[in-house]
Amino acid sequence: MSTFLLTEDPIDPAAFTLALRRDEAGGYCSFEGWVRNHSDGQAVLGLDYQAYLPLAETEALAVLSEAETRFDILAASCIHRIGTLAIGDMAVWIGVSAPHRDAAFTACRFVIDEIKRRVPIWKRERYASGHSEWIACHEIMDGS
Amino acid sequence: MANAILARPDMAHLTLEYFALLRDEAGCACEEIETAALSLDALYEELKTRHNFTLPASRLRVAVNAAFARWDHSPTDGDHVVFIPPVSGG
Repeated sequence: MSTFLLTEDPIDPAAFTLALRRDEAGGYCSFEGWVRNHSDGQAVLGLDYQAYLPLAETEALAVLSEAETRFDILAASCIHRIGTLAIGDMAVWIGVSAPHRDAAFTACRFVIDEIKRRVPIWKRERYASGHSEWIACHEIMDGS
Repeated sequence: MANAILARPDMAHLTLEYFALLRDEAGCACEEIETAALSLDALYEELKTRHNFTLPASRLRVAVNAAFARWDHSPTDGDHVVFIPPVSGG
């Protein structure tokens, strides 16, 4: 059972982590993405995130479902923050439980990579110099 | 069909929602328009001219009613259309 949440509130993964527990699980792997204070040599003050909610939810759930199909895991979940974030804030959380660690690590990496690559979420970096810029990382390809 | 290449006489009423760079360039998050565009491709070119969008269609994807759509899809009355700039979540 996968869960995906887009939220304007600070991310609290406690309840989501608990929901990944299974008697069959031998391990759990998580990834947290944080707002850092620099990007490409520029001092960053914070980030603004926007998301196209209905399609982001559909696409993120598809990613989690693919992870459950491709890897020997029990459950995978993701929380992504939107709105205005400060340095150190958690922007994204991924959690995966599995019988063995290999699949947990691999699936966790798969989920964060795919979320970044194809879910309609955008970040704008706010720089100390006063300007800001939407970051265009991944062009979503047809059939992806 | 001979009339397939003609601009259709009936205009489609669409709701457009913009994100990220497109929202900044359009100067609004949402707008309602009437268009005679026969494809989403043609619709984007129309909007690109109107709003001076800097992204070429080749760098975008497009969604209709919250599902990815093909560029040759013909928008119909009441559709909710979103052009999707390169993403940068995570």
